[in-house]
Amino acid sequence: MAGRRALGWLILGGGIAAVAVLAWQSAQPPRGNRDSAPGRTARRTRWGEYAVTGHSVTIARPRAELYAFWRRFANLPQFMANLDSVAEEEGLTRWTIRAPMGRTVEVRTRIVTDQPGEVIAWRSVEGSEIDTSGKVMFADAPAGRGTVVTAIIAWDPPFGALGQMVARASGRAPGVQSRHELKRFKMLMETGEIATARRRPEE
Amino acid sequence: MRALTWQGTKDVRVETVPDPQILNPRDAIIEVTSTAICGSDLHIYDGVIPGMRAGDILGHEFMGRVVDAGRGSSLRKGQRVVVPFTISCGTCFFCASGFHSACDNSNPVETQDATETMFGHAMSGIFGYSHLTGGYAGGQAEYVRVPFSDVGPIPVPDDLPDDQVLFLSDILPTGWMAAENCDIRPGDTIAVWGCGPVGLFAVQSALLMGAGQVIAIDHHPNRLELAASLGAKPVNYRESHVAEALMEMTGGIGPDAVIDAVGMESHGLAPDRLMDRAKQAVGIGVDGIHALRAAIHACRKGGRVSVPGVHGGFADTFPTGAVMQKGLTLRSGQTHVQRYMPSLLHRIAEGEIDTTFLISHRLPLEEAARGYEGFRDEQDRWTKVVLKTPAADWSG
Repeated sequence: MAGRRALGWLILGGGIAAVAVLAWQSAQPPRGNRDSAPGRTARRTRWGEYAVTGHSVTIARPRAELYAFWRRFANLPQFMANLDSVAEEEGLTRWTIRAPMGRTVEVRTRIVTDQPGEVIAWRSVEGSEIDTSGKVMFADAPAGRGTVVTAIIAWDPPFGALGQMVARASGRAPGVQSRHELKRFKMLMETGEIATARRRPEE
Repeated sequence: MRALTWQGTKDVRVETVPDPQILNPRDAIIEVTSTAICGSDLHIYDGVIPGMRAGDILGHEFMGRVVDAGRGSSLRKGQRVVVPFTISCGTCFFCASGFHSACDNSNPVETQDATETMFGHAMSGIFGYSHLTGGYAGGQAEYVRVPFSDVGPIPVPDDLPDDQVLFLSDILPTGWMAAENCDIRPGDTIAVWGCGPVGLFAVQSALLMGAGQVIAIDHHPNRLELAASLGAKPVNYRESHVAEALMEMTGGIGPDAVIDAVGMESHGLAPDRLMDRAKQAVGIGVDGIHALRAAIHACRKGGRVSVPGVHGGFADTFPTGAVMQKGLTLRSGQTHVQRYMPSLLHRIAEGEIDTTFLISHRLPLEEAARGYEGFRDEQDRWTKVVLKTPAADWSG
């Protein structure tokens, strides 16, 4: 039950924040908005058992560079505020995510797609504390503006729809987190640092 | 160090706070010599800018000497620099296109949400101007941490005293951009609402850009005189019907371009202004846009409307009909300071532009609170307040 509560507070930290819906998408017929808007912008945010969120950001750097930085998962805590650490073990990736009150949540994923310079997708495995999947895609932006990076994440919300509402109200919804993480990723890649208004390290 | 902190509406105090430090590689620490109070600081003083917290250090017009520089900074210790009020990374799409005040990367992620919700897109970082623009500590202090110091601060030659170059930080380029947004053609008539510092620099800039006549509108006699001394034709709205005067002074055509250098706390005698003020007073929080309405109303058909004045929220009875039916072009924005600084510094060094005429008061930083009070309550005489720190050379 402690695990379930931790999930309730889960901040996917964006780490997982990039996680893919591929496997799940192929398992279900596409439903939702019937216009040209990306599915993740549909007014309906539940897709079967899963909540889905996703964001795009344009980064003025080449596709290959961004892919390479992201693919080295150990780099991700540099811009994912709630990601404590990432470790590779036995073909799986173990994500340790900070939760409130000094606790951590562990998610284990395996890569399901890896196309250099284009897409990385992954999905949680049996025994992971969270059932989630996601992907991050890299595409050339028009007019030489760099690369459009799109991260999509699907997860089985702890406590269902109610838990999702609570998470959203507390600003800890993965949707907000992933949007912030992508912006930090952009800052780091474009400027070499992440903006802060602090005046001293201890602030 | 000593710094001017905002405590609440009409409550600012100089307090002792910890010195800033280098946190990111491209940072520099500037020891401030001169810093000014901006008309837009008065919006904060009056409590109409949201996102302020008690203890915030104000000030976005400042200059001084480099006392520390990170490994990614292009500045060297001892260099004398003027710092733009906008914080810009220099590499994002907007900075690379010259839209420095639209920088994607200078407002910390945590503080982007508010303006993203309010305006659809997040604002860039600005020194000392609320947590909507990052909550960066401002320049009315002895020391300031300046991020992206390889992009913003401009080194100035030692033979140009502080008072000649300080306004490169904001109001000079802001007045210049206001005039540039008028797309001035030779002989054009430009009407400027508000003879505060930005309005006056807009007058000066418009004439340099070839305007045939510049009409300056205000009600403070001293400020109108300053405008006249720059070459503008003053119109006092307490003495004349502005709309009629503008038609008569342009042969019944109307000004080719108009400038709202007033912003959200517009004064005036018209009923629409009283309505705005009443709504502000009960906390509905609309922007007062009397000057903007009057400017749009007066502008000739197919003319240009330039808005350097600060607006922060929503406005009632915005004259959409006049904009559409007369085919007006509206241009605005926080100033892309970095875009204009080098050429304006050159004009100052060449003696083409003088900015010192504006300064009415020089006070020690310790007396900053008195500066705010005077600048707000005695606008006719207090045209610009420059604060000097103990590190300053008071001779200028």
